[in-house]
Amino acid sequence: MNSWLIQNASIVGRETADIAIENGVVTEVGTGLTAPEGARVLDATGLIALPGLVDLHTHLREPGREDAETVESGSRAAALGGYTAVCAMANTSPVADTAGVVEQVWRLGRDAGLVDVQPIGAVTVGLKGEHMAELGAMADSAANVRIFSDDGFCVADPKMMRRALEYVKAFDGVIAQHAEEPALTAGAQMHEGEFSSQLGLAGWPAVAEEAIIARDCLLTGHVGSRLHVCHVSTAGSVEILRWAKSKGWRVTAEVCPHHLLLTDERATTYDPVNKVNPPLRTDTDIEALRAGLAEGVIDVVATDHAPHSSEDKDCEWAAARPGMLGLQTALSIVVKTMVEPGLLDWDGVAERMSRRPARIAGLDGHGLDPAPGVPANLTLIDPAASWTVVPNELASLSRNTPYAQMTFPATVRATFLRGEATVLEGKAQK
Amino acid sequence: MIRHLLSAADLDRDTATLLLDTARQLGQALTGREVKKLPTLRGRTVVNLFYEDSTRTRVSFETAAKRLSADVVNFSAKGSSVSKGESLKDTAWTLQAMGADAVVIRHPASGASHRLAGWVDGSVLNAGDGTHEHPTQALLDAYTMRERMGRLDGLRVTIVGDVLHSRVARSNVLLLRTLGADVTLVAPPTLLPVGVETWPARISYDFDAILPKTDVVMMLRVQRERMTDSFFPSVREYSRRYGLDLRRAALLPDDALVMHPGPMVRGMEIAPEVADSARSAIVEQVANGVLVRMAALYLLLSGEKGAE
Repeated sequence: MNSWLIQNASIVGRETADIAIENGVVTEVGTGLTAPEGARVLDATGLIALPGLVDLHTHLREPGREDAETVESGSRAAALGGYTAVCAMANTSPVADTAGVVEQVWRLGRDAGLVDVQPIGAVTVGLKGEHMAELGAMADSAANVRIFSDDGFCVADPKMMRRALEYVKAFDGVIAQHAEEPALTAGAQMHEGEFSSQLGLAGWPAVAEEAIIARDCLLTGHVGSRLHVCHVSTAGSVEILRWAKSKGWRVTAEVCPHHLLLTDERATTYDPVNKVNPPLRTDTDIEALRAGLAEGVIDVVATDHAPHSSEDKDCEWAAARPGMLGLQTALSIVVKTMVEPGLLDWDGVAERMSRRPARIAGLDGHGLDPAPGVPANLTLIDPAASWTVVPNELASLSRNTPYAQMTFPATVRATFLRGEATVLEGKAQK
Repeated sequence: MIRHLLSAADLDRDTATLLLDTARQLGQALTGREVKKLPTLRGRTVVNLFYEDSTRTRVSFETAAKRLSADVVNFSAKGSSVSKGESLKDTAWTLQAMGADAVVIRHPASGASHRLAGWVDGSVLNAGDGTHEHPTQALLDAYTMRERMGRLDGLRVTIVGDVLHSRVARSNVLLLRTLGADVTLVAPPTLLPVGVETWPARISYDFDAILPKTDVVMMLRVQRERMTDSFFPSVREYSRRYGLDLRRAALLPDDALVMHPGPMVRGMEIAPEVADSARSAIVEQVANGVLVRMAALYLLLSGEKGAE
């Protein structure tokens, strides 16, 4: 079942070789390999083999909003996007702030069997920022939680943030911060600038993100812990992160595909499909984010895949929930915004979308290039193909993609989770 | 002709001028008539969809539609706010099924009229959407200025007050620029949006210095509640720095006009003696509102259907 001979793939964009997989584990990488016993043969001529992608920031909506997404539907979207592992954010209903909820999500992911679903635990009870959740219980649970985040909300209280950073040192945890000073973003609807002033939509100033990132980097250095900054969206944030890293502090950061591609001008349509938190920003920010990602100041690309039902998007801008789909478009957008302009090669893509996120999340079997003895978590990309986004054809239960009718480079042809094909010929296998 | 009137930016100079000229002609056509009604929109249905209390704007639109012999349906949706009750989209479909030829919408959310225009076949007139725009207010202001001052081109207009939260200011800046006026915005820096520097208007924090170089001064309402959110320290300080009192009114050229879109907060942004003075056009503004709304309905609805 989980034995394959993948022929003539370009290994992470480099040499062409065959990959032999037996019982879910890579046994050999080389030319002219013979198929292991009972193995299926897949001709990967012209395709690039990458370690399976790992998403540090996915909203799967289950439990609580199964009308918008389930662990299974989100897992399917992830596999189709080339992912073999996703980290499920804690802002479900009930909130993933106990061992019970994180274990539920973890089991749902295992049952779906399309990607490894690694739950993220809430930092504070109910994401309210008041009382620390039982982080240790979640760490010790079957879900083995290592990333904690109140994403959707900022851990705004500096004392709470300090305590959380300190507390997770006991089990090598990391706090993933949604950096947004709430006092500066009350009622905020979009990036504060030229377009917000014209559109009469309350502004979300860049400084509300940057001030929290600066504070949290200082706290992280002070207590010697690990900070991961979610969805960095401004040029100023990149500068602060560069400075924090120069101090040797253990700070990592992610950028979302939409922040690499789309600007706040999108809001002029008043179509809430373009509403996201943090908001779409300016060309200057896009340029700085791309440069920061190329340089490594921003470590990873994470989707912030945020499905929303139509009633939460087919409405007035201010009434709409923030967020957009991302799992099936992320790789293509990285190719368009980073690979095509020459900012990243395929090794760079593997680093920022697979290896580095796997290490941040502590997912041992993921983020490893195909080599003997390594779990066969990988994806095959056709770099020469292109595709047009049709919302109704996406695997998510929701339709809130800002990329409808846009054409992107690169398609995912196949994805393997421990040797099992979750995607073949661009189609989900379950 | 344009199909919807969502923003003052929808109007180019020719269209805006046509609209003001039409308002004037309609005014003349009604003058001296015993029955103040024209048969132009007989058999057409105009829906007033109001999500906010605004008696003056609703009555103005209702009067305008009735004077053109349209059937008027008032659909008060206040209370069914953006977060509860029937969604705007479902309401749009209801109006669509009723066969509304035009929908006049007032809504607390910026962009609500844009959304509605995507969901109905009829014309949509924005009667104020959140802190975004209020284009018929700008039209009636421009009409009033043109009637009183005889021109708009080169007219020096100063708009004073809570620009940040003002849909009137946004529409006026756009329309007045289109019609050739020079606009200056005066406000405490806290009540100007970040990004205002990209607007086609000058900015000043010094009201006294601007007044002698002003042909029209338009005072915006300032809500007391802004004080509690630290936009300014107190009503008295606001009044001292940005209110139009008698001393300041005396700094204006003799023929300068004083305007206010209403509702006024007397004693806050404008002194009662100034509001009621001969140079005030505040009452005319209300009367002119009916004429420009008639012109807008007339031009949007009587044009060839489906010309776009």
